[in-house]
Amino acid sequence: MKQQRQIYTVSEITQDIKLLLENAFGEVWVEGEVSNFRPSQAGHWYFSLKDDSALLSAAVFIRNTRDIRFKLEDGLKVVCFGKIDIYAPRGQYQLIIEKIEPKGIGGLQLALEQLKEKLEKEGLFKQEHKRPIPYLPGCIGVITSQQGAAIKDILKVLDRRFKEARIVIRPVRVQGEGAKEDISEAIKELNLFNESVDRDKRIEVMIVGRGGGSIEDLWAFNEEVVARAIYNSRIPVISAVGHERDVTLSDLVADVRAPTPSAAAELVIPRKEDLKNNLEDLTGGLQNAFANISAGFQQEINGLLHRLHLNIAHDFELAESSFQSARRKLFLLNPAVRIQQYLERALDLARQIFVRAGHIIELKQNRFHKAAGMLSGLSPLNILSRGYSITFAQDSGRIIKEGRQLAIGDSIKTRLYKGELISEVRGIK
Amino acid sequence: MAEIKFEEALKKLEKIVEDLEKGDLTLDEALKIYQEGIELSRACSQRLEGAKKKIEVLSKNKKGGFELKGPEESDS
Repeated sequence: MKQQRQIYTVSEITQDIKLLLENAFGEVWVEGEVSNFRPSQAGHWYFSLKDDSALLSAAVFIRNTRDIRFKLEDGLKVVCFGKIDIYAPRGQYQLIIEKIEPKGIGGLQLALEQLKEKLEKEGLFKQEHKRPIPYLPGCIGVITSQQGAAIKDILKVLDRRFKEARIVIRPVRVQGEGAKEDISEAIKELNLFNESVDRDKRIEVMIVGRGGGSIEDLWAFNEEVVARAIYNSRIPVISAVGHERDVTLSDLVADVRAPTPSAAAELVIPRKEDLKNNLEDLTGGLQNAFANISAGFQQEINGLLHRLHLNIAHDFELAESSFQSARRKLFLLNPAVRIQQYLERALDLARQIFVRAGHIIELKQNRFHKAAGMLSGLSPLNILSRGYSITFAQDSGRIIKEGRQLAIGDSIKTRLYKGELISEVRGIK
Repeated sequence: MAEIKFEEALKKLEKIVEDLEKGDLTLDEALKIYQEGIELSRACSQRLEGAKKKIEVLSKNKKGGFELKGPEESDS
């Protein structure tokens, strides 16, 4: 028995299977768990979808990966949409995926959770990175839509609290295409702007945000590029996205999260009235405190002055009494009195001199008379009168007291009481 | 004094009032910081009263430089 054999080439049969499968399934939703996830160098993603008893190869081409906001990873339960396709070179069938949603929560939400986790690990939300918000900023930057509700709300608050504030608005798209780029660029630009102006013109704080909307509308503020721009900003950032209940990544990274744009404005702009009152209170306090201090010192001075007066009075009395005693002493020491005393003493002495001098003269006179008497008794003439004589050598006139002063034949002169004798020595014994 | 930030000035002023209230200063010291306080108060007051309302819109010109305009001019 001969049968007509239909022989396919490998390509033909593969082509037929391909058609069959495509016709049978077309586009399908498949639910499974991701395993063996491996992105290729070219940017395509390859992995397997599996459940308890089967495994299906799957691929996402690069043009479709961009729409998937969350990160695929092994073990993730997903629902995929795509076409069953045959990869002829390998004889493999696989699911070519166009969309993936995580099972359970929405894709956006998952992406957000994943990104949040990543940024948190990097430390972008850490409190220590938060910069302080200036108390009364000289200039406030606002990054939002120029037509949106946020800027109107912010300006309204300004008008109410501090009309004279300076605001620099940097308009951006806050949703849809280009929003995340706009916002992150604007944050960088305000920082650059600060470098190009004088210190007193610099933007000291910025509000980044928008009014309320759906979660998709707010999505730009959940973008990594925006979160990083906020994190890298040197100007402190207040985030103000949507309503109180909406918390975006921007809110987590920002230095301060304001629940709404109005609240952001209130945070950054103190009420002028409050400031004025505060300043007045302080100035009043300053004056009171100083008045108290000076009153204190005044009192001290008065006290000291009083004591000084008392002391002076006392000193004065002391001085007075010592003056009086000095005066008495001085009176006693008066030279007129002393002169009188000296004079009297001088007179007294003079009298004494007079008396004593008389005595002395008398005494001297007596002694003189007595001496004169004695003197006349000693006169040689007086002795001669009593029979003595004096012999002189005739030639030398010397008085002869010894015999050997003369030789025999010498002439001698002998003086008698009356008259003289001239003789010649005849013998010497 | 012009350089000092409002908040700093206010804080300094608070500190001065506190110091004065403690009252353990010499008269010279008290007088010195009192004068300082008065100057700070004046500076703060000027900062509050001297501010002018100004709303500008930042944009980049063709050369890549920054431009500040009033909100009306750029409201396109």
